Amino acid sequence: MDDLTPSNISAYTKRCFLVLLGVLCGTLAMVAASFAPLNSHGLKIALILAVAAVNATLVATFLMHIVTERKFVLIVLGFTVIFFVALLGLSSLGQFDHPRIVAPK
Amino acid sequence: MQATHAVSHADVHHDAHDLGFWRKYVFTVDHKVIGIQYGLTALAFLLLGFFLMLMMRWQIAHPGQPIPIVGTLLEMVLGQPAAKGIMSADLYNSFGAMHGTIMVFLAIVPLATGAFGNYLVPLQVGAGDMAFPRLNMASYQFYFFGGIIMFASFFIPGGAAQAGWTSYPPLAVAIATNGQTMWLLGMVFLITSSLLGSANIIVTIVQLRAPGLTWMRLPFFVWSQFVAAFLLLLAFPPLEAAGIMQLMDKVFGTSLFLPTGLAVGGNMADISGGGSPLLWQHLFWFLAHPEVYVLILPAMGIIAEVIANNTRKPLWGYRSMVFASLGLGFMSFIVWAHHMYLTGMGTVIATFFQTTTMIISIPSVIILTCLLISLWGGSIRFNTPMLFSLAFLPMFGIGGLTGLPLGFSASDIHLHDTYYVIAHFHYVVAPGTIFALFAGIYFWFPKLTGRMMNEFWGKVHFWLSLVFMNLIFQPMFAQGMSGMLRRMSDGGANYSASVLEKSGAAVIGGLSDMVMHLNVYILWAAVGLAVAQIPFIINLFWSIKNGRKVTSDNPWDSTTLEWQTPTPPPHGNFTHDITVYRGPYEYSPIGKVGDDFLSQADSGAPTKH
Amino acid sequence: MEIPYAVKPRPDTGVYNAKLGMWLFLASEVMLFGGFFSAYILLRVGAPDGTWTRGLLSVPLGTLNTCILALSAVTTLLAWAACKVRDLGKFKFYHACTILLALTFLGIKAYEYSDKFHHYQVLKTDGTYVDGHFVDARYVDATDPQQERVLHGFKGKSFKEGGKQFNLASVTLNGFEAETLKEINEPMRGHKHEHKDVAVPAADIRKIGNYGPAHNTFTAIYFTMTGLHALHILGGVLVIAYFWGPGSRMWHTEPERFTNRIEVSGLFWHFVDLVWIFLFPLLYLT
Repeated sequence: MDDLTPSNISAYTKRCFLVLLGVLCGTLAMVAASFAPLNSHGLKIALILAVAAVNATLVATFLMHIVTERKFVLIVLGFTVIFFVALLGLSSLGQFDHPRIVAPK
Repeated sequence: MQATHAVSHADVHHDAHDLGFWRKYVFTVDHKVIGIQYGLTALAFLLLGFFLMLMMRWQIAHPGQPIPIVGTLLEMVLGQPAAKGIMSADLYNSFGAMHGTIMVFLAIVPLATGAFGNYLVPLQVGAGDMAFPRLNMASYQFYFFGGIIMFASFFIPGGAAQAGWTSYPPLAVAIATNGQTMWLLGMVFLITSSLLGSANIIVTIVQLRAPGLTWMRLPFFVWSQFVAAFLLLLAFPPLEAAGIMQLMDKVFGTSLFLPTGLAVGGNMADISGGGSPLLWQHLFWFLAHPEVYVLILPAMGIIAEVIANNTRKPLWGYRSMVFASLGLGFMSFIVWAHHMYLTGMGTVIATFFQTTTMIISIPSVIILTCLLISLWGGSIRFNTPMLFSLAFLPMFGIGGLTGLPLGFSASDIHLHDTYYVIAHFHYVVAPGTIFALFAGIYFWFPKLTGRMMNEFWGKVHFWLSLVFMNLIFQPMFAQGMSGMLRRMSDGGANYSASVLEKSGAAVIGGLSDMVMHLNVYILWAAVGLAVAQIPFIINLFWSIKNGRKVTSDNPWDSTTLEWQTPTPPPHGNFTHDITVYRGPYEYSPIGKVGDDFLSQADSGAPTKH
Repeated sequence: MEIPYAVKPRPDTGVYNAKLGMWLFLASEVMLFGGFFSAYILLRVGAPDGTWTRGLLSVPLGTLNTCILALSAVTTLLAWAACKVRDLGKFKFYHACTILLALTFLGIKAYEYSDKFHHYQVLKTDGTYVDGHFVDARYVDATDPQQERVLHGFKGKSFKEGGKQFNLASVTLNGFEAETLKEINEPMRGHKHEHKDVAVPAADIRKIGNYGPAHNTFTAIYFTMTGLHALHILGGVLVIAYFWGPGSRMWHTEPERFTNRIEVSGLFWHFVDLVWIFLFPLLYLT
């Protein structure tokens, strides 16, 4: 990145458009998946979100240069992901965990 | 590595002459002036929150009776809700909601992080200012504006928010007046202020440390601000999300938090339904739990500095304290639902949160123990800041220990939403954090002004505050354990044994006369606490111009970098380049001749490290 | 007084101040949208069977918007790369593209929003539904039933004009009738309802409303999340436009500092794209 010069910029530009192509393909894959005749609705959602995650990874690593970031930023982002998952996971878990009413003997 | 750019004499004069009054004191980008702005604003809100509490305590002790002296003033200002000087139930509820909101969001956190953090962090890391000075100014302005909105909400028809500082829907949304909407708008501004400020503090600590100032040489105060800033940065946004959603409910009629079948005032609400009140609770407490660690961490930071300085020895267990604060910060994100044990959650999730809650008590205990052991073998100087710091230790101990029965879901069934909870958290924040903030004010006052605050009146302030705070909050444990609930505008009279007896209902579970009568004692203790603050307020302002002048830039003989500046520090802070050679608590180093300490910036005979 | 590491990175952390500041801000934004995503999950999972609207949003328009935003992410990055090699012309070109793409995104979003506000649902007194786009509403004068007004916007059950009150007589929607809410909210894939003009007399109307935020929890969370996302796009495009226009003066005086600003604003823009990458499938496709 710091080594961007007028000589290697066209290679860089080409790589950017390749990433774009990847993201566009991923988008169309998601749309196609939404039309796929899958039985389980949950499985369909998981598949679509998995493709979305791939797209997101492409954007984050290549366009946001996370791949070249230093340790501190990566640690902060790592903890952020943990807390993000904790927020979504634990509040969803709360939805499904109910006290079970046992009939009196 | 780039050294901190020291300010030349010419720079100082150049800057000071060029700026007019407005650029120097109002629209300033200097972190020290901004810190003072935060400090004064926060102290004003602290006083306001205190007055709200005094009026509420009167109502609790003497329900339905006009408040003496203040009652007529209240009626003049607020009109109908304070008719004849008697606080209506709705007014009580709004005072209660705003007391909590003001104390937490407008007073303590801005004082701890905005005032102390802004003023001291750049100084203690050897920097000339914060990393983003203009952003710093913006965050104060957002805070100020949010505070104005909150304050103004008292004076609109229907008054301020009434559904507790926790603003649980459906109640918060269902109350038809605009006080809640203003609360939500105010919160959006306050949260924005907080986010900008915390990013600023973190970047300052990471990037602007002076050469030689490694992470493990940072004063514990800086570590505590660092962790607190991360808590604010990552925990506030979900509450902002929730606040925006509640605004959608209030303004656009959505049902994000409103359940199907909701009836308000006996009529079915004209809403789509399908929303989840529990959703609000999850998002609110996701912030509000880390928030309490934001309340306590800077306080522990201040105490650590004052204790090390006034025992003339290094902190015991510095590394343990640092790792404990990091652990505390991490754990604080995964304990939130211990505020929600009674929402009908199942045993799996309750057990999870109970376990993490028990685990989080460990780092708190580590920090407190290290501070306590730090006293061992010290040459203790019993000045006012040290007295407050010493008192902090047992007071925070009581507060922390009384949290344990609340953390266990089984015992919480009995104690949730009772006065026991109020006593617990007030012990941690009032004789806990507020004492630490007082200690900090007395301690750093000479750096800001070049004068000491009066010692005699400082000690009067301390002893009276200590006694009265305990008299206020200690009885509340008993009240809570006997079942007195929170947020009752009549002080529990409807549930008292004597009232139940008269109505012919069963008396079992009714609040005894003794428990009810404690309300009157608590009221007098609160008045006593109010009186005890008068010497402090007078001392604070009087000493600015009339306090005993200090004879050096470092009157406490402290090791940390903020004392290496002129008094008061000029724009740019340091007049010579700063390089750090040693850790933050080189007090009484072995073999030292002359002064019994080595400043961090002193390149003299090195000891350990 | 100069703040160190404002332009050149600090050796041990490898970043300059603004970059670290932006990453921290983005971490907080992840948590902000995390709050909204957890709301989405709880609301959707908690929604009774048949009440969660699916198939309402236009997949072609959403896909187009996704592609537009992805392209703008790349043009943003290339604008920064142009700054790095000191090519002002290319920088201006790429960021002009970014701005135009962003405005197109917002334009399409505005069209989608207005479409929702013209889409109505009527619950009839017999418990069945009529769902479709608004055609017109007939109002009659309360005192003189011969006088009538035909409006192309909905003005409630009655309104006052010139001292006279007009009451709703009937509403015409171009859409379809349905027996249950589930039929409307969960259309069978590939099966399209036949659209025709349906007139509903006022007396048969129990409830009427458009697909605005108050309609149901799906529209509520849809408007909230995409609205906030759109505000982020607006904020981002204003900042990028400022750097493209008046802010580009810094290029001539401090090119490295300017390049850093483009990088940092680019990071924000990529984050906004990231959010949309998850928002699009969740709201449009699932």
